[in-house]
Amino acid sequence: MTAHRDREILLALAGVTCGYSAEAVLVDVDLAVASREFVGIVGPSGAGKTTALRVIAGSMRPARGTVTRRPGLRMAYVPQVETINWSFPVTVQECVLMSRVHGRRLPWASRAERAQVAQVLGRLDIGDLAGRHIRELSGGQQQRVFIARALLGEPELLLMDEPTSGVDVRLRHEVLHLLDDLNAGGLAIVLTTHDLNGIAAHLPRVVCLNRSVIGDGSPHDVLTPDVLERTYGASMQVLEHGGMPVVVDSYRREHSHHVERSL
Amino acid sequence: MIDELLRPFDFEFFRNGLIVATMAGALCGAIGVYVVLKGMSYIGHGLSHAIFGGFAASSLLGVNFLLGAGVWGVASALMINAVTRRRVIGSDAAIGVITTASFALGLALFALFGGVGRSFDAALFGSILGVGTEDVIAIFVVCLLAASLIFLRYRALLFTTFDPEVADVAGVNTARMDALLTVVLAGSILATMQVLGVTLIAAVLVIPAAIARMLTNSFARMLQLATVIGSVCGFVGMNLSYHLDIQSGPTIVLTAATLFAAVFVVTGATGRRRAAGITAPAPLAVRAD
Repeated sequence: MTAHRDREILLALAGVTCGYSAEAVLVDVDLAVASREFVGIVGPSGAGKTTALRVIAGSMRPARGTVTRRPGLRMAYVPQVETINWSFPVTVQECVLMSRVHGRRLPWASRAERAQVAQVLGRLDIGDLAGRHIRELSGGQQQRVFIARALLGEPELLLMDEPTSGVDVRLRHEVLHLLDDLNAGGLAIVLTTHDLNGIAAHLPRVVCLNRSVIGDGSPHDVLTPDVLERTYGASMQVLEHGGMPVVVDSYRREHSHHVERSL
Repeated sequence: MIDELLRPFDFEFFRNGLIVATMAGALCGAIGVYVVLKGMSYIGHGLSHAIFGGFAASSLLGVNFLLGAGVWGVASALMINAVTRRRVIGSDAAIGVITTASFALGLALFALFGGVGRSFDAALFGSILGVGTEDVIAIFVVCLLAASLIFLRYRALLFTTFDPEVADVAGVNTARMDALLTVVLAGSILATMQVLGVTLIAAVLVIPAAIARMLTNSFARMLQLATVIGSVCGFVGMNLSYHLDIQSGPTIVLTAATLFAAVFVVTGATGRRRAAGITAPAPLAVRAD
């Protein structure tokens, strides 16, 4: 593996094309992720964001192109919370512990494993919820349980599918701040999201995807009207607020002018 | 009264039947937890019918029942598993075709050539008559295999059942887990067919797991409870079968159903809310875009 921005490359997609049937969802995608990076993949529905995560995770093989992972790379995947079966009979501790599938084979947790689970739950401020059923938790606590399950495997790269989807503003900030802290601790993170402004405020690197990579870089470089229009197929304006780009769709902007005039 | 209750224990066929029914209940209770949580109830139902074809063929050809129906059952199980995983065509439709065709073949073979060896009624509805040492050994072996699988691959099976896509990324061979589970399911159906009957096995797979789900929110406790409940239903149902002179399959299922109704009433809204999710199939996949 070669150095990338003075960091070790964890994985690289080169010319990746893949899909679910004859139709390609991703076309000729190049993407590299280095250690300790925090990358957000944005794009419209159907752009191939989840497919890109699946290719990175190795649960889907590309029809063309190559995926190179650093030997021994430890990855963990946090799925969309909407896909979780919340009726499944599993407590927080059982849920977190199920990711420990290698090594110890006995069903019950060892003393060391119980301590590790307590430690990771405590780190995420849900240490007192170990015996609760996963459905009995708030939205933020549920998200943390699945992050805890991922962290128990001590990954170097965390993949998250739409962690801010369907959550309110407060919870979105809570999740993104938590991920910021984990990234500051050395964990590389790749997430997908629809939340352009949340990503601009928190993430140092944005990848605009619509079947292929339209833009890749810092929010300042990538979140431009031209890149966004090519990504979303709709006109968008980018304003500056507190030194950060703020994306406003043109309809909303025109509409607000209209309201101001009528006042 | 006590003498009357203990009288059937004088007969070897009853003792064998009781051992097989109790172990069958425990086995189906444990495997049933995975069956209902993975949304495989229809596979369990279909597989029991598919094995009937193997039972008829081995009966007519004079081949050992456990060998003939076993090969047939494992082949059907692997075929169903492959169709379900690959989603070549609608899995329900594929399972329906494979299993009902196999069941129909069994019926046709019996109609054309008549039964040899094990009885037609016993295969369909279960019977304690004719339960021999061979059946006790068969159920013991399958219980041992199922217990080994659950004990040694507990976490991988739980992960695969709850969240197969993430389990795959975590390094679990989910295809192998599904295949192993389906083969053990086929073995369980085969070994319990004599006392439960192919038409009623699905109920014994589902009811103890559903009762256990109403009583707990923990997977480990659900597994333990379903195993105990299944074995109790097998034991009580087999005794009732003798004393009421009804086939063993219906009495075991009715015992389980009665317990289900009692727990349903006692646990109230909490139990109903817990059990509401078990008939829903696990999420198919992460929304892909």
